[in-house]
Amino acid sequence: MAELSKEKSEWKVWEVFTQLKTGEPHIHAGNVHAPDAEMALQNARDVYSRRNEAVSLWVVPADQLVATSPSDSGPFFEPANDKIYRHPQFYKIPKGVRGF
Amino acid sequence: MSYKLNNDVRSALFEYLLRLGDDKLILGHRLSEWCGHAPILEEDIALTNIALDCVGQASAFLTLAAELENKGRSEDDLAYLRNEIQFKNLLLLEQLNKDFAYTIARQFFYSSFGIYFFQDLAKCKFEPLAGISSKTIKETSYHLRHCKEWMLRLGDGTEESHNKAQEAVNDLWRFTEELFFKNEIDELLIQENILIDSNPLKQKWRDYVEEILTQATLQIPQNENMQIGGRHGIHTEHLGHLLAEMQILARSYPNAKW
Repeated sequence: MAELSKEKSEWKVWEVFTQLKTGEPHIHAGNVHAPDAEMALQNARDVYSRRNEAVSLWVVPADQLVATSPSDSGPFFEPANDKIYRHPQFYKIPKGVRGF
Repeated sequence: MSYKLNNDVRSALFEYLLRLGDDKLILGHRLSEWCGHAPILEEDIALTNIALDCVGQASAFLTLAAELENKGRSEDDLAYLRNEIQFKNLLLLEQLNKDFAYTIARQFFYSSFGIYFFQDLAKCKFEPLAGISSKTIKETSYHLRHCKEWMLRLGDGTEESHNKAQEAVNDLWRFTEELFFKNEIDELLIQENILIDSNPLKQKWRDYVEEILTQATLQIPQNENMQIGGRHGIHTEHLGHLLAEMQILARSYPNAKW
């Protein structure tokens, strides 16, 4: 646990993902502070699943997540909106197709 | 509820259930004192979760004790209206929280015992007790996981955390012999085939504790000066203060309801 001895500053932040039922996706629940992975799992269990909400937990060091930045919102996400042919609704649906 | 038991066995079982219930109640209360005071939010929630588990288990044991006694007392009467000398909890569990290392060491000594103890008790021949015991195993194994991981980190952490953990282990060691306390009550219940004789328990506990303390770079205390008394109602000075705080509401406002 040499890392902990050297590292006296604040604990790392871990993002927590909970799965509510087997087979369902893990959904972001929030985050916890913890010195290492095992404690992050325990803290996540105590904070986000203490009433048996989850059947599985993931914890990920927050600094290991790669995320878009707010300034990306234009170039990253907008183009699709004016290219209506990218949306399935653009196409005429043949008669007889129901529940689309 | 009525159980087919002769009077000796019934009163021995009642006493035995008081021990189990009082252990959980006093430990649960001690842990609850951390609520709002733990070093970090996550640990605050962890400790109060464990406290709630303990109080829940205490409630199950004391309810059963009250049923066995069959004198019109409830679990609340047992929890809130008995005096210090009538409490039969282990001395270890009434010790002050003092600091985080103390709290963790106390929990570690107790949960590492509990994990073996309740596995044995889950096989006992008195079904309601076996049932409660098997339910507590799951909770106890989580408590142990939590405090074991903390023992490792405190012991093998910074110089300060190591020293505090070692001090806690040294100070609390003298209360560990009582975990294995037995007297005529246990003997009667073993003889009546209600409890199983769990002789290897101490060795299992000792091996496990040594393994973890060694891993945590902590010394195993050589102290032979062991203290017992809780099972006879003879307590350290801390229990009275705890009871005063825990019982004041129920004693000041009898039968108060939410």
